[in-house]
Amino acid sequence: MNGQVGIVDRYLDLFDKNIGKIMDSSSPYINSLREPAYQTFRRMGIPDKKNENYKFADLALFFDFDYKTRLVPGKSDIEEAKNFQCGVADLETQGMILVNGYYPYADKLKQLPDGVWTGSFREASSQFGSLFEEHYGKYANTESDGLVHLNTAMATDGIFTYVPDGTVCEKPIQIVNIVQSDEDIFNQHRNLIVLGKNVQMTMIICDHTLSPRKFLTNAVTEVVVGENSIFNIIRVQNEHNYSGKITHTFINQEKNSFASSNNIILHGGLVWNNTYHYLVGEGAEAKSNGLYLIDKFQHVGNYVSIDHFVPNCTSNQLFKGVIDEMATGVFNGRIYVHPDAQKTAAFQRNNNILLTDDAKVFTKPHLEIYADDVKCSHGATVGQPDNDIMFYLRSRGIDQREAKLMLMFGFAHEVIQEIGVKALRERLDDLVMQRLRGELSRCANCVVKCY
Amino acid sequence: MILKINNLHAGIGEKTILKGINLEVRTGEVHAIMGPNGSGKSTLASVLAGRETVTVTEGEIFYNGKNLLEMSPEERSKEGLFLGFQYPIEIPGVSMVAFMKAAVNEHRKYRGLEPLSASDFLKLMREKKELVGIDSKLANRSVNEGFSGGEKKKNEIFQMAMLEPKLSILDETDSGLDIDALRIVANGVNKLKRPDSSSIVITHYQRLLDYIVPDIVHVLYDGRIVKTSGKELALELEEKGYNWIQKEVNQN
Amino acid sequence: MEDNQDKLLNEVTSGDYKYGFYTDIDSEQAPKGLNEDIIRLISSKKEEPEWLLEFRLNAFRYWRTQKMPGWANLKIPDINFQDIIYYSAPKQKSKSNGSDDIDPELKKTFDKLGIPLEEQKHLSGVAVDAVMDSVSVKTTFKETLAEVGVIFCSFSEAVKEYPDLVKRYLGSVVPYRDNYFAALNSAVFSDGSFCYIPKGVRCPMELSTYFRINAANTGQFERTLLVADEESYVSYLEGCTAPIRDENQLHAAIVEIVAEKNAEVKYSTVQNWYPGDKNGNGGIFNFVTKRGMCKGENSKISWTQVETGSAITWKYPSCVLKGDNSVGEFFSVAVTNNYQQADTGTKMIHLGKNTKSTVVSKGISAGHSQNSYRGLVRMSRNAAGARNFSQCDSLLLGDKCGAHTFPYIETDNKTAIVEHEATTSKIGEDQIFYCNQRGINTDDAIGLIVNGYAREIINKLPMEFAVEAQKLLQISLEGSVG
Ligand SMILES: Nc1ncnc2c1ncn2[C@@H]1O[C@H](COP(=O)(O)OP(=O)(O)O)[C@@H](O)[C@H]1O
Ligand SMILES: [Mg+2]
Repeated sequence: MNGQVGIVDRYLDLFDKNIGKIMDSSSPYINSLREPAYQTFRRMGIPDKKNENYKFADLALFFDFDYKTRLVPGKSDIEEAKNFQCGVADLETQGMILVNGYYPYADKLKQLPDGVWTGSFREASSQFGSLFEEHYGKYANTESDGLVHLNTAMATDGIFTYVPDGTVCEKPIQIVNIVQSDEDIFNQHRNLIVLGKNVQMTMIICDHTLSPRKFLTNAVTEVVVGENSIFNIIRVQNEHNYSGKITHTFINQEKNSFASSNNIILHGGLVWNNTYHYLVGEGAEAKSNGLYLIDKFQHVGNYVSIDHFVPNCTSNQLFKGVIDEMATGVFNGRIYVHPDAQKTAAFQRNNNILLTDDAKVFTKPHLEIYADDVKCSHGATVGQPDNDIMFYLRSRGIDQREAKLMLMFGFAHEVIQEIGVKALRERLDDLVMQRLRGELSRCANCVVKCY
Repeated sequence: MILKINNLHAGIGEKTILKGINLEVRTGEVHAIMGPNGSGKSTLASVLAGRETVTVTEGEIFYNGKNLLEMSPEERSKEGLFLGFQYPIEIPGVSMVAFMKAAVNEHRKYRGLEPLSASDFLKLMREKKELVGIDSKLANRSVNEGFSGGEKKKNEIFQMAMLEPKLSILDETDSGLDIDALRIVANGVNKLKRPDSSSIVITHYQRLLDYIVPDIVHVLYDGRIVKTSGKELALELEEKGYNWIQKEVNQN
Repeated sequence: MEDNQDKLLNEVTSGDYKYGFYTDIDSEQAPKGLNEDIIRLISSKKEEPEWLLEFRLNAFRYWRTQKMPGWANLKIPDINFQDIIYYSAPKQKSKSNGSDDIDPELKKTFDKLGIPLEEQKHLSGVAVDAVMDSVSVKTTFKETLAEVGVIFCSFSEAVKEYPDLVKRYLGSVVPYRDNYFAALNSAVFSDGSFCYIPKGVRCPMELSTYFRINAANTGQFERTLLVADEESYVSYLEGCTAPIRDENQLHAAIVEIVAEKNAEVKYSTVQNWYPGDKNGNGGIFNFVTKRGMCKGENSKISWTQVETGSAITWKYPSCVLKGDNSVGEFFSVAVTNNYQQADTGTKMIHLGKNTKSTVVSKGISAGHSQNSYRGLVRMSRNAAGARNFSQCDSLLLGDKCGAHTFPYIETDNKTAIVEHEATTSKIGEDQIFYCNQRGINTDDAIGLIVNGYAREIINKLPMEFAVEAQKLLQISLEGSVG
C-alpha cells in the first residue's frame, strides 16, 4: 500500500457519494471501467514522496482539503467562462472551452469543415462507442500513479477529438480549460484524441483559473497517433497561486508517427505534468519539451516517461527551468528501452537556473535500458548563466543586467522555438521577456492578484 | 597467384554494391584500383578483410590458394592480409603499444613463435617508426584517438610495417594528406615492398601513383571493374576525369 | 601504464573465477541465527567493553523494526537472516607459542590469493590486514608504521588498545540508523581494520585490507574505520574474494572515513567476490555502506572502485563535504556478466562553501546482467560556490543485459553549479573489427576495448591493483560477445 491514508478516504468518499450521478451521465463502457479503477486507486492511493514519479511533490498540500465537486457547473460560472478571451493575438484556431472540465456548448458534437469531429467526451462516448472500446482507458493505465485511476473512476466529461485518416488540419484545435467557481472545487476531466493514419494536427491546451478560490484539477488525456501521422500538443499553463493542477497525458504512437508534447508553465500554485509517450510502432519519433518560469511559492514538476517498445524509434526530451524567489522546480525524466527495442536513439536534457537563495531544483533524468544496440544520453545542469558568455557580452558594451536578460531569454527560447504555431511562439517569447524583466507580475486576463 | 576473385557479388542489407568483380593479383605486383566515390572500392576492401556488415551473395575468393571467405577476419590478418582503413577506428584508452603488442604476438603465435619480450617489442616499434618516419610520440597515445587525419593514415602505414603483410590493401590512404604526409606514406609503402609481397592501392586520385608505381590499374565503376590497363590509365583518368568511362560503359 | 598493459597481455588467463577454492580449516562458530544472545556471544568472544555491546544491541533493536529496502533496481531473493552464521573464526594451530606466527594453512591460503603475509616477501610498500571470515588473521608492517605514529590494526585490537579513538569515531559517519544493512552490521560486525593517521603524517606505505570469506553458511560483516587527522595523507586499498558455492552468502560491511582539516584519504577497492556461476547460482550478496566525512576545511576523500564480483551489489561510497573547500571524488568501474546485478553509485552531499565533487562512473554490462548507476548530488543551502561534475557512461555487450542510470540532483543554492552527463551505447563493432583485422581475436579485442574504456578509472588505482583490475575486467567478460 502506497499513499496517504486519510486523504485517500476523502476521495473514496466522493466516489461513493456521487457514483449514482456519475453513472447516469456516462456510457456503459466508460462505467464498466469505473469500479476496477476505483479499486486500483484504493490500493495505490494518492502518491506520496515514496512514489518515484512524485518524489519531490507535496501533493498533500493540495489534496488534504475539503473541496466541493459538481458534475455540471452553475449557469453563471459558464457565462463568466464564455467571456474569456484568449490573449494571444492573431492566433487562428478552432477554439472551445471546458468549464471545470465540463463541455458547455449546446451542440455537443460537431464535424468541422475539414472532417474532424470534436466535442463533448461524454456525448462521444455513446456516438463513437467502438472508438472508445478500442482506445479508452488502454493507455492511461499505469501501475505507478493512483491519480490516473481516480480519474478513470470518476471523470464524466472533457474533450473528444477524432481525426479521420488522411486529414490535414489547417488550424490548430485549441482547448481552453477554465476553472471558475465561487467555491473551492476539485474537478476532473478526461480527453480522448484519436488520430487516424496520415493525419496532421496540432492541439493547444490552455489552463486558466478565473476566480480566486482554491482549486484542484486532475486531468487525463489519452492520445492515439496513427501510422504516419504528425501530432503536436502544446500546453500553456497560467493559473493562480491557489490552484493545483495535475495532468496526465498519454500519447500512443504507431508506426512512423511523430508526436511532440510541449509544456509551458508560466504560473500555478502546484503544477504537475505527467507526460507519457508510448512508442509502439517502428520508426516512431517522440519529442517532449518543457519550460517552467516560476517564482513565489510555486511548485512545479514535469514527469516525462518515454517507452521504447519496438526497434528504430527516436526520442528527445528537453526541459528548462528558471526558478525565482521561493519556488521549486522538478524534472523527472525517464527513458525506458524495452528488450528488443534495438536501434533506439534517445536523448534527454534538463537545464536549470536558480535566481535566489530560496529557489530549489530537483532533477532526476534517468535511463533504463534493456536492449544493446542503442544510443542514449542524458545531461542535466543546475547553475547560473555562463560567466564566459556574460563576460563576452559585457566586453561588447552590453551592461550586466541586459546581458543576463539576453542569456536567460536565449535559454528559454530554445524550448519555445520548438513550438510550431508562430503566433503562439511569438506571444510566448513576449511573455517570457516580460517575465524576465519582472514586468509580468500577474498573468494576462487574470482577475486574481497573485502577489 | 596471391589473390583471385571470381564473379564477386556483395551488398549491405538490401543494397547490392559489388556486381561481379573479377581480379587476379600475382605475387610481387602492385595494383591500383581507381573509381569515383561510391563505386564500391571500400566495400571490396571490406569483403577482402571479412567485415560482417557486407554480405557476399555470389562468387569466390582465393587467397594463396585458400578459400578466403571461410576465414575469420583475424585469421586473414594472421595469414598476412592487411587492410589500411579509409577511416581508421579510434579506440579510446587503448595505447598503441598495447594494441600492437597484442597484434604482433598473435601473429607470432600463429607462426609458432614465442611472444616478444617487452624490450624486444619496444625495439621493434622503434625500428619501424624510424623506417616509416613517423613521430615517435604517436605510439604512446591511444589508438587513433585525437589523431589528425594525416596522423591516422601514417599510423596505418606504421601498423603495416609492424605486421609485414603479404598482401596489403590500402584504402584511400592518400586522401586528406598534404604533400609531405603523402610522401611519408608512399615512402613507407615503397620501403616495405618485398619481392614476395603484393599490394592493392585504392585511390581516388592518381596523385599517389606518382610515388607508388602500379603494375596494373583497374577502374571500378558501379560495382564492376570496367577497365584494366597499365599505369598510363591513371594519367588518362586524371586528365579526363571519370565521365568518359561512364560514357564508355553506357555505350557497351 | 604501458607495463601494466603488457603484463595483462602476457597473462591472459582462463575465464573462470580463480579464487573459488576452499581452505579446510577448523573454525569456531556461533550457532546459526540472529538474536540478542548471539550478539552478546560475539561481543564476549571479542572481549568488548560494555558500551560497545550496548551499541550493538541498540543497533539490533533498531534493525528489527526495519524492513529490507526495496528501492534499488535489484531483484533480491528473500534472505533468511536466521539461517546465517554470524561468527566464524578459523582456529589457528600455532597461535599458542606466542606472538605473530600464523597457522601455515592460513598462510598458504593467503599465498594462494597472492597476499603473502610475510613482510619480506610482500611487495614493498603495502601493509596488509588479512581478514578471514569474522577475524583478522594478521596485520603486517605494524611496527614500521608505529614508528611514524600510524595506527593500523584489526578492529578488535583497536577496541582494546585505542578505545577512546574508536568510541569517538565509531558510528560518527554511518550511524546505525542509517539504513537496514548498516543497522545489521552495527549489531553483528565481527572484525575489520582500524587506521589512524596522526596530525601532519604522510603515511609511508599503502595500507590494505584483504577480506576472505571461507566458511560455508556464514556472512561477513566487517567494519573499517579510517581516521586521517589534520594535514595527513593515506592511501588505502581493499580487496576481497570468496569460495565458489551454490548458495548465496551475505556480506554487509561498513566503511567509515573521517578526514580532518587538510587531510586526504584515497580509498581504493577491487571487489572480486564470487559472482555466481554462468546460470546465476550462488555468489555473494554484497550490501555495503561506505561513507567518508570531509570534516575539516580543504580535506579530500577519493573513492576508486573496480567492481567485478558479487551476485548482487548494493553499494554507494559517498562523501559528506562538510568542511569549506573540501573535495569528494568517486571513480568507478562496475562490470556485470551472466546473472549479476549491481546497483551502485555515490552520494555527494555538499554542506560547506566552495566544496567540489567529481563523479566518473563506467558501467559495463554483459550476459543477462543488470547494471545500474544510482547517484545523488545534493547542494544544500549553505554550499555557496559548490560544484559538481558527474559523468556516467554505460557500455552494453550483448542484447540480454541492461544498463540503467538514476541520477538525483537536488540544489538549494543558487551559486552552486551541477553538471551531469551520461551516455549509453553498445560496444563498437567497428572497433572489434579493426582489432580483428590486426589479428586480435574477438575476446581479446573486447578485453582491450573495455580496458581502454575503463582506463581513466584504472589509472587512479595504485600500480599493483591496476594490473589486477585489468586482468579482472578481461576475465569477467570473456566469451560475452560473439
Ligand atoms: N553501411 C552501408 N549501408 C548501405 N549502403 C552503404 C553502406 N556503406 C556504403 N554504402 C553504399 O555502397 C556504395 C559503395 O560505397 P563504398 O564502397 O564506400 O564506395 P567507395 O569506397 O568507392 O567510395 C555507396 O553507394 C554507398 O552509399
Ligand atoms: Mg571508399
